[in-house]
Amino acid sequence: MFAYLKQPDARETVTIEFEGRALAVREGDTVAAALLASGVDIFRSTPVSESPRGPWCMMGGCFDCLLEIDGVPNRQGCQITVSEGMTVIRQQGARRISP
Amino acid sequence: MANYDFAVVGGGLVGSAIAYGLCSSGHRVAVLDEGDVAYRASRGNFGLVWVQSKGLGMPNYSDWSQSSSRLWLELAPELKALTGIDVQHRRPGGVHLCHTEQDWLARRETLNRLAGQTQGSFRFEMLDHQALAALVPAIGGDVFGASWTEMDGHANPLYLLRALHAGIAHRGGHYLQGSAVRWVHRDGSGFRLKRDSGDVLCGSVILAAGLGNRGLAEQVGLEAPLAPNRGEVLITERVAPLLELPTTYLRQTGEGSLQIGDSHEDVGMNDGTRTAVLADIASRALRAFPRLKDVRIVRSWGALRVMTPDGCPIYQASETHPGAYLACCHSGVTLAAVHAKRLAPWISGSACPEEIIPLTAERFHVRVPETA
Amino acid sequence: MRTIPLAIIGAGPAGMAAAATAARYGLKPVLFDEQPAPGGQIYRALESTPLRRPELLGEDYWHGKSLVQALRDGAIDYRPGHTVWQLNRDGEVGLLAGDRAELIRAERIVLATGAQERPFPIPGWTLPGVMGAGAAQVLLKTSGVAAQAPLVLAGSGPLLYLVAAQYSRAGAAVAAILETTPRENFRHAAGHIGGAVKGWRYLRKGLSLLKELKRAGIRHEHQVTELHAEGNGRLQHVRWRTAARPDVWQQCDATTLLLHHGVVPNVQMTRALGGEHDWSEAQLCWCPRRDSLGRSDIEGFFIAGDGGGIGGAKSAALQGELAALAALASLDLLDDVALHRETAPRHRALASELAIRPFLDALYRPGDRWRRPADEVIVCRCEEVSAGEVRRVAKLGCSGPNQMKSFTRCGMGPCQGRLCGLTVSEILAEETGQSIEQTGYYRLRPPFKPITLGQMASAADGTDYGQRQQQGSTAVVTEKASS
Ligand SMILES: Cc1cc2nc3c(=O)[nH]c(=O)nc-3n(C[C@H](O)[C@H](O)[C@H](O)COP(=O)(O)OP(=O)(O)OC[C@H]3O[C@@H](n4cnc5c(N)ncnc54)[C@H](O)[C@@H]3O)c2cc1C
Ligand SMILES: Cc1cc2nc3c(=O)[nH]c(=O)nc-3n(C[C@H](O)[C@H](O)[C@H](O)COP(=O)(O)OP(=O)(O)OC[C@H]3O[C@@H](n4cnc5c(N)ncnc54)[C@H](O)[C@@H]3O)c2cc1C
Ligand code: FES
Repeated sequence: MFAYLKQPDARETVTIEFEGRALAVREGDTVAAALLASGVDIFRSTPVSESPRGPWCMMGGCFDCLLEIDGVPNRQGCQITVSEGMTVIRQQGARRISP
Repeated sequence: MANYDFAVVGGGLVGSAIAYGLCSSGHRVAVLDEGDVAYRASRGNFGLVWVQSKGLGMPNYSDWSQSSSRLWLELAPELKALTGIDVQHRRPGGVHLCHTEQDWLARRETLNRLAGQTQGSFRFEMLDHQALAALVPAIGGDVFGASWTEMDGHANPLYLLRALHAGIAHRGGHYLQGSAVRWVHRDGSGFRLKRDSGDVLCGSVILAAGLGNRGLAEQVGLEAPLAPNRGEVLITERVAPLLELPTTYLRQTGEGSLQIGDSHEDVGMNDGTRTAVLADIASRALRAFPRLKDVRIVRSWGALRVMTPDGCPIYQASETHPGAYLACCHSGVTLAAVHAKRLAPWISGSACPEEIIPLTAERFHVRVPETA
Repeated sequence: MRTIPLAIIGAGPAGMAAAATAARYGLKPVLFDEQPAPGGQIYRALESTPLRRPELLGEDYWHGKSLVQALRDGAIDYRPGHTVWQLNRDGEVGLLAGDRAELIRAERIVLATGAQERPFPIPGWTLPGVMGAGAAQVLLKTSGVAAQAPLVLAGSGPLLYLVAAQYSRAGAAVAAILETTPRENFRHAAGHIGGAVKGWRYLRKGLSLLKELKRAGIRHEHQVTELHAEGNGRLQHVRWRTAARPDVWQQCDATTLLLHHGVVPNVQMTRALGGEHDWSEAQLCWCPRRDSLGRSDIEGFFIAGDGGGIGGAKSAALQGELAALAALASLDLLDDVALHRETAPRHRALASELAIRPFLDALYRPGDRWRRPADEVIVCRCEEVSAGEVRRVAKLGCSGPNQMKSFTRCGMGPCQGRLCGLTVSEILAEETGQSIEQTGYYRLRPPFKPITLGQMASAADGTDYGQRQQQGSTAVVTEKASS
């Protein structure tokens, strides 16, 4: 479990929606950092065995932080910065293709 | 020094299928292969078990491919039972997409000719857009139609190679990696194969070394007029089930990835990729399936086809060196079943399958004009 | 396609120093980095970190300030948010910025793509809650986000202690450090004590970090020989055994386990380019071949920083300067005399920076069991392939990672082998009795990072279709149907 350190932080608050829940996070955060800081540890389930996963490397190398962000599946949460109103859901198994 | 009844040179799909077949009759069999990194079409191909459009001008090749499509229905479960490996063979039929009416008419004309040449053994249907969309719901609105045959299907070519290797091991054969054959000598009534790691003696030798056959064939009085032809392939992230039927250049694998290819390039022994070509492949896939626009490519590769001048296989027993055989083909996935179940028995003494009688390299001499 | 004289890939210390050096000679280099801000791994988020109290991240972190500032004065064309997904020997660079894919060509290319954490395959390492220690440091630097108690760190090496210290300075509790350094490493490291004395500054820093951890009262277990991460769907506790008490499994609750066994070069690009790589037995990793000026064995390509072998941030910066000088010389922007004048002092500085390395490499060399895990441990996180499966195909006669990969799918996922490549080469070498050089590594291919079909389709838009046809490549549109 992660959280923001209790210390002064001049950054603006940004609100994103995760699985239908509003989360107040900080400007400039990656989606992965914002979710971890909000107590989310499971990001996705694998397409192979549907086992749960969360971020491993935080530097774009491992692809364990995949999420569906603003309707686009399989995006790397650790490489994308939050923006106001962004909607995020877990990536469950293999991605779907919309018509 | 190792001594075998049969030594197969080349551990790709062709050599492995033949060796697997030879092992079934209790012979001592070895497969000699190069190392981990080699030109190996068997590791870079598209995985179709395909009959459509094979054999125009050489109807025997169509019959041979049809026979393989049928025998695949035995081979896949047999490999599963023996090795536990599911090679993901499916035969839901397959489509060749025609983007325009002109393509469609030309395709119909070609396949009609093929049907005529095979005296009707090859059967197909032409689908209009609506019929195609019923079979392939994900198809884009711009595709005019397709040709369809029920005999087409696909498999996982990598698991096929693994299953053949495992099958060879189960049946007592030997797979020797890092065993490039430098030279083939006659030795008594058999052969001596020169490797860096020591010689191998064998009664019969089967040259199935893909493009490597070019240097080996002449050592036993045969010829292998082959040229490399590069195909580039893209593979995507796994996606939820979307496509049941394979098409000639886009299929969904058992794991859910989309495999997209392929190009035909004359670039010599170069199995790299070029962005311009990959971009063309992606564009064409999107023309057929626009909804794939945001699917991610995770890898691309190039691989070299083992091409004969007319695209049909070469199978031949040496007259000057009895006991030496040559097998070269493009479409080693498609033909794996006939190679294991019909070609191997011929090599170990049964009658020659009728379809392959005209498939020797002699056919390339017929058209050479006499000079005065 | 647009052609530029010099592209630098990676805005860590190596790439930033290379760019500054080129700019000093009047060449405006283009510096690409996939991150939104400069700094690379060590100086990550230096301009924006919410941890403004200098002592939290330490002086080594703030040392990067001048390099970062130099990117902002206009002499360098710095392009953050640009991922390089493709490179070839002709200097073609495939870029992805936001949603747009683009191709450019560069006459000279400096690869400064840095390092990644070494894979640390143990039972349970795929559970949510288990993470690299470097990853936790990224969270701390960029977002001021820290793991909550109970937190356990395990492994060895300076970065592990640094993260523990940065955590405790920030007031975050560390329940335990499970140290995996085997006892014999101390003996082996003692053989390199000469270098350690030359690099006394680093030695002193290391010792003071350890002292700081002790003062903070953090439990420090030594010679851990086995380690399991366990829990139902997420990490709940950590179990371990030590050499001192081999019969006793010890356990503690944990919601976060941070693992670290040092860093290894990121070789995705040099591998895809087909450059030679040598196995470093000291650092237990592949290093792309380069000479003392960073020239690779591929014409026009230079390698700087930890991507060529692990030396740390200061060495990386020096190597960046050397590589830029070599690139300038090869573009005839620097004559031999000037080249020598510029490089000689840097070579001396580099030698002194690197003096401590053999000592550190020997001391923090991860033991065999951590690199070649037991059969049931997953080695390929993407395709969920176990060490046992790799060993099984080795018994079929598979002598190298490429045939192994096609037989098992190990290494075929989106990470392209970053998290299993080293483990697999080491396991196969052990199984076949070959050397690791004979065993080799995965053959890598673009894209280095996934790009969409739509982006790929538009990537070559800049090139003329007719020209492509002439070069014999668009036969893709003529169906030969010869599958
Ligand atoms: C892009 C592409 C797509 C394809 N798609 C399909 C498809 O959809 N369906 C289909 O049926 N076919 C397809 N093919 C063709 C198929 O892959 C080949 O027909 C088949 O792999 C050929 O097998 P092979 O064993 O003859 O050759 P290879 O796989 O090339 O194997 C030859 C082997 O011989 C070894 N060798 C070479 N020289 C020596 C030596 N001197 N000593 C020892 N060993 C040696 C090599 O190391 C190699 O292992 C495709 C091919 C390509 C390139
Ligand atoms: C997670 C982590 C944390 C570390 N923390 C410390 C620390 O606190 N102190 C310390 O002394 N050392 C640390 N290190 C060690 C580090 O390797 C060196 O200190 C130093 O950062 C190396 O500098 P460099 O310039 O070689 O590479 P890096 O600093 O790693 O920079 C490489 C840059 O290349 C970019 N890049 C990589 N691939 C691509 C691509 N395909 N497209 C575009 N850009 C790309 C990256 O985004 C990165 O910015 C850390 C290493 C890691 C992996
Ligand atoms: S956490 Fe590894 S890629 Fe995002």
